[in-house]
Amino acid sequence: MKIELKSYCRMTNNALILNGKDISVAHSEGENRSWLDDIYRSHKMQYLKFFKMDNLCKAGFLAAELIGNDIGWDKTVVKNDVAVVCFNRSSSLDDDMNYQQTIRDSGNYFPSPSIFVYTLANIVTGEIAIRNKIAGETSFYIMENFSSKRILEAIEDIFANPSIKGLLCGWTEYFDQNCDILMMYLERNKGLKTNITENIIKKIYN
Amino acid sequence: MDCARIFSSVEKRERIDMIYKVSDNIISALGFSSQENYQAVKAGKSQLQLYENVFGISEPFVASLLDNHKIDKEFATLSNIGEKYTKLEKTAILSASKALENSGIDPSNDNVLFIFSTTKGNVELLERNDRFESERIHLWRSAELIAQFFKNKNEPIVVSNACISGVAAQITAARYLIAKRYQYIVVIGAEVLSKFIVSGFQSFKALSSERCSPFDRNRTGLNLGEAAATVIYSVSDMDNLPPKSIIFENGAICNDANHISGPSRTGEGLFNAISKAMRHIDKENISFINAHGTATSYNDDMESMAIGRYGLENVPVNSLKAYFGHTLGAAGIVETIISMYALQENIILKSLGTEEAGVVYPITINREIMKSDKNAFLKLISGFGGSNAAMILKKNK
Repeated sequence: MKIELKSYCRMTNNALILNGKDISVAHSEGENRSWLDDIYRSHKMQYLKFFKMDNLCKAGFLAAELIGNDIGWDKTVVKNDVAVVCFNRSSSLDDDMNYQQTIRDSGNYFPSPSIFVYTLANIVTGEIAIRNKIAGETSFYIMENFSSKRILEAIEDIFANPSIKGLLCGWTEYFDQNCDILMMYLERNKGLKTNITENIIKKIYN
Repeated sequence: MDCARIFSSVEKRERIDMIYKVSDNIISALGFSSQENYQAVKAGKSQLQLYENVFGISEPFVASLLDNHKIDKEFATLSNIGEKYTKLEKTAILSASKALENSGIDPSNDNVLFIFSTTKGNVELLERNDRFESERIHLWRSAELIAQFFKNKNEPIVVSNACISGVAAQITAARYLIAKRYQYIVVIGAEVLSKFIVSGFQSFKALSSERCSPFDRNRTGLNLGEAAATVIYSVSDMDNLPPKSIIFENGAICNDANHISGPSRTGEGLFNAISKAMRHIDKENISFINAHGTATSYNDDMESMAIGRYGLENVPVNSLKAYFGHTLGAAGIVETIISMYALQENIILKSLGTEEAGVVYPITINREIMKSDKNAFLKLISGFGGSNAAMILKKNK
């Protein structure tokens, strides 16, 4: 089985890299400035639901969007043969803490459904699936640290299913203003010479 | 996912590997063993009850809660360091330990992997944490402590895929076994309730003020529940399978690509998951469908659409939510185990709480315990994030 890394996006608090190329944007000034919103605006994306998302979903969405544009995905076509598998360390803890604020004290108790809905790590895979009409598998796993071993195992297992053509797979960590994303798009390719390996995954993450 | 078949055809292996269940356990308000839980379900018992002023929530709610004293008492028979673990971890360890008992498996062996399924883990520590280190809020940390309790050194896998986690974890286990990475996989699902979880579902207006009524025309929402459950799978070639074992036939996960908190009206993702899971099995062999059946208006309608569209409208369907409540990350494991016992006993359990079926596609809700000699069942589950899963389990002749 040959699996090719077609495109990847690496995003941290101050770096934005697409296929090895720096495509970072300027941080805007101001109290409510958000690097994620800066990326959205600078890359002229148009998807208003973005502003409803929590930070984890925003970060994962942006990486998927940049990859989707890079590989020329038609967002109107349903993709039954594409899967999305993500991993991270902190699950949805960033949004969990926001939700906890809404129920903290009984005098000011206003549990918010629009915050609660993001208190699940796998919502980011759902947001990416909705945006790109990806109707294959979506899965989310939590691990202490980035593990190229576990990520490669997931890649191999997804492509063990012959009906899967492509996989959007990555590490989507966002907690307490720390953004750490590696999103990869992989495709089955019989004629390929270099298969995806743990070393490639490690190299593009570091 | 068709692992067994793919590997056997692609790599031209001579034998076909089968995934089979080695052992299991359920800990819930209905009992501390699978058998106790199964007998309670058969007798139509439920521990769903009204709770007031629990978890500091003023609005009353109906739920199925674990007895903390009983957990502590049972845990004390295992270990004298119970105070080092949270309720979630204790319940999960207790469940795994009961499943491992008499299984012949040495959990400290390198050929054993632990997979942990939970949606919110120790999230209650966000409210108050004066006993545990701050890392304890992390799901991987709980999983690590559970595996370490059994002296297992492999980094455990944590599946957190909203409500489908319990089934997704079993599908992941099957893949790991087919890939021959491990010989045994201990799949544990656990969820405990807290102000965080209950208030969130209340804010969604998703909770019923009475015991839930899955697939009923007057259903008003779901009930939450606490549970831990463990199922241990292993792999063997067909000729060496233990007699009468339960075999994991196939499983699939598909996204609706429609909405993050509402299911597809047409049941698109679930229909696709059923189609994939059923690919090599004849509809005639399906004894029953154990649905997700949360008793929310949208979920049950969506499931009926997916079941009907696939042409399974005459296959008996049950939901176990009125016995256990929705146990979130544990649900897919609890319900699979109960269904395995029913399959082995040639019966179809009744869907408690359904007075008069009323879903958008007319399907066959099973309202009385029935006999059946068919050899497989279909497990369905869906959740936030648009995820759906379907899984076929069958019994060996």
